[in-house]
Amino acid sequence: MTVSEFATSWIIAPTILPAITAAILILMRRSDIEVQRFLSVVSTLMLLGVALFLYDAVNDGVTQAYRLGAWPAPFGIVLVIDRLSTTMLVLTAGLALAVLLYAIAGWDRRGRHFHALFHFQLLGLNGAFLTGDLFNLFVFFEVMLIASYGLMLHGGGAKRLRAGFQYVAINLIASSLFLVAVGLIYGVTGTLNFADLAVKARAVSENDQALLQTGAILLLLVFAIKAAFVPLHWWLPATYAAASAPVAALFAIMTKVGAYAIVRIFGTVFGDGTEAETLGSVVAPWVVPAALVTLAVGTAGLLGTRRLLNFAAFSIVASMGTLLIAIGQFSIDGLTAALYYLVHSTIAGAALFLIVDLIAARRTVKLDALIPGNPISQAAILGTLFFLVAIAVVGLPPLSGFVGKLLVLDATYGVPRAWLIWATILVTSLMMTIAFARAGSTIFWKTEGQTTGPGWETAAIMPMVVVGLLVGASLMLAVFAGPAVKALHATAEQALDTQAYVRAVLGSRENTEPARPITEPAADADVMPVPPQEAGGD
Amino acid sequence: MELIVSSAIGLMTAAGVYLILQQRTFPIVVGLTLLSYAINIFLFTSGRLVINEPPIIRGAESYTDPLPQALVLTAIVISFGMTALIVVLALRGFLETATDRADLPEDDLPDETETGS
Repeated sequence: MTVSEFATSWIIAPTILPAITAAILILMRRSDIEVQRFLSVVSTLMLLGVALFLYDAVNDGVTQAYRLGAWPAPFGIVLVIDRLSTTMLVLTAGLALAVLLYAIAGWDRRGRHFHALFHFQLLGLNGAFLTGDLFNLFVFFEVMLIASYGLMLHGGGAKRLRAGFQYVAINLIASSLFLVAVGLIYGVTGTLNFADLAVKARAVSENDQALLQTGAILLLLVFAIKAAFVPLHWWLPATYAAASAPVAALFAIMTKVGAYAIVRIFGTVFGDGTEAETLGSVVAPWVVPAALVTLAVGTAGLLGTRRLLNFAAFSIVASMGTLLIAIGQFSIDGLTAALYYLVHSTIAGAALFLIVDLIAARRTVKLDALIPGNPISQAAILGTLFFLVAIAVVGLPPLSGFVGKLLVLDATYGVPRAWLIWATILVTSLMMTIAFARAGSTIFWKTEGQTTGPGWETAAIMPMVVVGLLVGASLMLAVFAGPAVKALHATAEQALDTQAYVRAVLGSRENTEPARPITEPAADADVMPVPPQEAGGD
Repeated sequence: MELIVSSAIGLMTAAGVYLILQQRTFPIVVGLTLLSYAINIFLFTSGRLVINEPPIIRGAESYTDPLPQALVLTAIVISFGMTALIVVLALRGFLETATDRADLPEDDLPDETETGS
């Protein structure tokens, strides 16, 4: 077994590992919280290891496919890794580890099955990044969402229940739209495999074009709901502000799944928007205007909100705006900037939710309300961390937000209506600076009365360390911006190279399929055989 | 048959959307259920409507496409599970807040009974 075949078998590991971990965790007694935490952290560390291994395995720029049950694509299920998938895997595992370390300081005790749901969530996320067909994207979205419903309600309370109802309802509607899109695309092309779809969508007859384009627009709508595009963003602030802080921090990656899916479907599968006849060009005109409005609405929310948790949620909306401006270019430079900003905004968004939680936990009277209150304990270190996170989120030097916004501005320099994009990004950055300055000074400076919150003897150190690590990650991303951008540039090139993707999934059938009947499972597939049907979810 | 099936899908979708736009949780749940029924039939028809044909290709001149049936099966399972979940959510929400409105109350400023969440 050569190195690359060895790596190919590992492609399924990021979905198997959390599934097994979650199953074991469910079987544990609730009182064994220490054992659960240990298992959970070890599994997440292993997941990070696997993700880094896979990242290294595709670092040569060759897309690799794993065929479940050795059924040839496009008939069987394929999982595909390229630089884009593995970058997302590494980001997810890293974020999951940080969030987990934060949660085991106490949040995981406030409800049942936190760790099991957490790993089911990772299963769905990793699956969505790995899958090579549209229907399994739907299935993994559902896995991810089902786990997120449970996580969102973690901790209980009337407010979470009511916000949770909205969250579930909007996502059920999104799932219905997704299925309509799947039905339309399957009805026209007769396939759901990404690579096969890339070939067949270009050969669709003139009469069926309208149906295919309707399917593409519906898909964009679904991903827009996930990515919190204006006007489909209304669920996000209510949901994220109602969820517990570690969950909201983990959800920072959930909006990015929408962004990833847009890149994968409209960048890789349906081709880039530069070719006039591709489907990418049908949706491309919608992305940038929506992204500009998203950024503006997110910033307005930052200025207008009166709660810190909503504040953090609106910063996610604003960051999605900036991210989607870059994605909407559907160019290699735009996508490079988008990926850098994606990594940055995931880290910064998660850090903001965690620091806000630390602050709110110490304001025993005013909680997360943005009104003057009592001074809080450990104000110096929390204030510094808040300041640093604010710098990262707003995009001031020296943290990665600055580099990210610079890259986005640079990528949109020559495009039509660049002035509008530049003006929106720069003005909203200024507004965000004002909003953060106002929030920080209200909480840390406009104080009176007794200091509230735990002293150094009783306060948990781990949560602060985690926020510090996330800020450190943002700093590292800025310091090593050169190598990072170089790697992401290669990622962007690969993500927009439809031909290479198609070749990797469909073309190499003869090389990887030995001469044996296709109904016989591969002997070297040392993982659970799965029936050769779409997810077989009965 | 095409007319019956397509108008059934259209009617159920319309009724589902109307119910989803209501303010109370129960009509929304029913609306989501109707919508998912409509979607299931729609998915089924994406393999074209044929009668009395086997879902396999074995020397048959005509056959019915088996893939949409697999898709519908998965979709039914998922939407059934989701409906159960949202019913429980709606019930818990009603029991804890004594109202079944689906919109969120305005609570800009914290009341002092909340506990650091």
